[in-house]
Amino acid sequence: MAAIIDKIEKRIIIATGFLLALFIFSILYARDKYRTDIPECLPYDKAYTEPKVNKIDEKTYQVFGVAQMWMFQPAEINVPVGSEVDFFLTSKDVVHGFNIAQKNVNMMAIYGSINKTTVRFDKPGVYDIVCHEYCGSGHQNMKAQVIVNYPQSK
Amino acid sequence: MQVSKSFKRLIFWELSIPVALLTLGIYHGLMQTIYRAGVLKQAAFAKLDYYQGLTLHGVINAIVLTTFFAVAFGHATIAFYFKKEPNRKVAWFSFALMTTGTVMAAWAMLAGKASVLYTFYPPLKGHPLFYLGAALLIVGSWVSFFDWSRMYVKWKNENPNTKTPLAVIGTLINFTIWFVCTLAVAYEVLVLLLPWSLGWTPTVNVTLARTLFWFFGHALVYFWLLPAYIMFYTMLPKLAGGKLYSDLAGRIALFLFLLFSVPVGVHHQYSDPSITQGIKFFQGMLTFGVTIPSFITAFTLAASLEYAARRRGSKGWFGWMKKLPYLDADNYLFAYLISGLILFIFGGLTGIVNASYQLNNVVHNTSWMPGHFHMTVAGPVFLSIIGMSTYLYTKLSGRKIFMPKVNVIIPYMWTIGVLIFSTGLMWGGLIGEPRRTNLGMTYLNPDHELFRPDWVPTTTLALIGGIIMFIAGTLYIVVFFGTMVRKKQHAAALELPVSDAYHDEKRIPLFDKFKPWLVVMAIILVVAYVPAFLNVKNNTGPKAPGFTPDNPVPIESTKK
Repeated sequence: MAAIIDKIEKRIIIATGFLLALFIFSILYARDKYRTDIPECLPYDKAYTEPKVNKIDEKTYQVFGVAQMWMFQPAEINVPVGSEVDFFLTSKDVVHGFNIAQKNVNMMAIYGSINKTTVRFDKPGVYDIVCHEYCGSGHQNMKAQVIVNYPQSK
Repeated sequence: MQVSKSFKRLIFWELSIPVALLTLGIYHGLMQTIYRAGVLKQAAFAKLDYYQGLTLHGVINAIVLTTFFAVAFGHATIAFYFKKEPNRKVAWFSFALMTTGTVMAAWAMLAGKASVLYTFYPPLKGHPLFYLGAALLIVGSWVSFFDWSRMYVKWKNENPNTKTPLAVIGTLINFTIWFVCTLAVAYEVLVLLLPWSLGWTPTVNVTLARTLFWFFGHALVYFWLLPAYIMFYTMLPKLAGGKLYSDLAGRIALFLFLLFSVPVGVHHQYSDPSITQGIKFFQGMLTFGVTIPSFITAFTLAASLEYAARRRGSKGWFGWMKKLPYLDADNYLFAYLISGLILFIFGGLTGIVNASYQLNNVVHNTSWMPGHFHMTVAGPVFLSIIGMSTYLYTKLSGRKIFMPKVNVIIPYMWTIGVLIFSTGLMWGGLIGEPRRTNLGMTYLNPDHELFRPDWVPTTTLALIGGIIMFIAGTLYIVVFFGTMVRKKQHAAALELPVSDAYHDEKRIPLFDKFKPWLVVMAIILVVAYVPAFLNVKNNTGPKAPGFTPDNPVPIESTKK
């Protein structure tokens, strides 16, 4: 093979190898150090199809989110600063998206499947949830919020 | 090479049908940027709904144009390099299937009965003719491929020790990828969706349908891209006035695409439920595998272009970039290809971002995505398609090009438009702007409670870029159809530019046969996809009834 690969090609192959190794290392490093990960895989369970917020303790919450044409339930989620929230997500009808851009929460809501991710809210504020998958003519009206340590509306 | 009248007519129709449809495709592209910037704050304009337009834009530009062109270009390369035309009846049969399918799907979309986007995610339900039309278009393209394979086997038997031309290897690899990946979408359409759409089966497994779609969906982008790669390797060096740096590098890159194009689709489902993080991560790593042939290509093409420029007298490290025939109106194909390559630098890099596992959380389904893929599919893919369509048509008809000076400017104008447009979309995506959304009705409407002022600059940039793209696209359509009404001025023939190789390595049998590669391809596919499908089978619950896009109540219960 030495004869058919010239010197410059050899160098560029090595450089490419290093570059890819660096990319893959960064993914693994960030996953460990900053606990960033993609959604988890859960088997289907009907229990998650009823929208609600469970308070496990002062700093731990579970949200069973249900997306449907064209709303999210629960539409307003109130949690205190520093709480860790498990979002479980499914859809009552077509495919919906679930994006909290400020927290890099990014999930698809799918009928017959349960999606899950965990996120910590360290700063007070209002976090908008946007549906980012086309779900029919009312897609642009989907709306929900996570409210962290703001005066509650109830 | 002299070709028959029938062959000329076939290529003519296969090129001009999609370019004619492109008028609808780019009109809806422009319209989306107008709605999204909040200039239009309504559901529909000129009786065509935003999402109906979005469906037309995706299906026409990304499926119809690309498939018709791939078949026409395949016919041209196979005929040109084998010095023999494909079987006439088979070729016309293939064309008839593709055209019938396109007409069916176009009717369903224009009638507003299939506003389900080109990904047709169930349980949104479209008209049966939409699904049937898509299936016919795909099956029609297979028919031509089968004939080329027959020609290849015959040629190989007659020339066992001759290196198969690179363009032929490229075309056959491209359609092998296409055939394998479309098996999944054919299964999805014919077994899951069509019977469900006709009301024969009540429900559909949504996650299974998505997984089948993405088995097809990522390989699809390589099916778009490989005709451009074939032009980059076998024509661009010649057009630049030089030689291809290495012929073998091209072969290696193409065979790597065969291995890695399909078993990476789950990286489109990083945000999906029911598939484990492990299998997502594994396919993510395979996606990095598919960057290797693109890195090889980037190097080989840059080296080829530098060689060409040095022959033209360029000096210094970067001087070669200035000494290329950018604005030569007689050599316009160079302009189209180089513009595509420039866009692809950014398209490729942003693609690596998307593949990078948890980074995908930042960008998935935001407007970053269309920002990215307009620098791939609307970059090298689109520009090489439209440039080559003009080229093939002028050669095969013997006509001179209409407005040659405008023609050579079009790709640069398009590139500037895309760069502005994509900057707007990607910036918006990073701050949460969703894709596939009629933003003007809510998020970009100052009177609505959902108004997002931070998305005003991003959508405005996309609008400016979109307008420039629309002007360039319209000029292209004028040039293409303007050329048709000019008089015949030179002898008609099938001609393609052919690059010589700078390093013309001797034939290595491994890189001149398909069997070992097909075996490895099958093994990787099984390892990557069997666990994914098992995941889906084990982790999904009830199947979904169908919904029309305008009603939250399932279709079945509204009928009662």
